[in-house]
Amino acid sequence: MLSCRQATELMSQEQDRALSFSERIGLRLHVWICAGCNSYRRQMSVLRAACRRFGGGTS
Amino acid sequence: MDLDRQAELSALRPDLLRFARLQLRDAGAAEDAVQETMLAALVGSDRFQSRSSYKTWLISILRNKIIDIIRSQSREISASGLSDDDAGDDLTDALFDRRGHWQETARPGRWADPEASFEQQQFWAVFEACLDLLPERTARVFMMREFLGLETDEICKEASISSSNCWVVLHRARMSLRTCLETKWFAGEGA
Ligand SMILES: [Zn+2]
Repeated sequence: MLSCRQATELMSQEQDRALSFSERIGLRLHVWICAGCNSYRRQMSVLRAACRRFGGGTS
Repeated sequence: MDLDRQAELSALRPDLLRFARLQLRDAGAAEDAVQETMLAALVGSDRFQSRSSYKTWLISILRNKIIDIIRSQSREISASGLSDDDAGDDLTDALFDRRGHWQETARPGRWADPEASFEQQQFWAVFEACLDLLPERTARVFMMREFLGLETDEICKEASISSSNCWVVLHRARMSLRTCLETKWFAGEGA
């Protein structure tokens, strides 16, 4: 079982590289049962959306 | 270029300058990049209908200028390394307990309606203030990734760091930014 600390590392890395199958499964399981990491993952998407908006809205 | 366009261009100049300064952290280089962008904008600016598409176009020119400058400076960055950016570990230690679970007080919360926040000028002031808190090289790597849209391979090459190091730096930057945004903005909103 992943710790929250490890889960946050993967939630950052999934924005930069394709996670392995086992990393994806581990993360999905963790986020399913952990409310804090579930929120964290949404926050990562918001952060990325904010950066896009800040940088003029291009991909 | 007609006069309206010219007025619009000068009105957008402070935004462009802020964008360049954040990433280059060098007022002179930022000034140069914006100057060149504005010169390039003198040609071809008449095909834009709306102000927002015009701004997007200007930012995309500026982004390329910034990438050029970063490339020419990359030797300098790598020489100084990433050693001053170890502060990220302190934050991680404060957020997690010894077993790596969220501390009770640090558990991330729901952020209410981010889209509505994006519409507020005040949100962007907080966003910039949070970016400013990042150590210089961490900020650079983060902005290369998120504002300039470079892939990590290229960032590693420019900054002469390994991919795993690059991921660590990006992770620290994101952790620090979301913590700052949560504390300074979303928590206050009652999210
Ligand atoms: Zn967790």
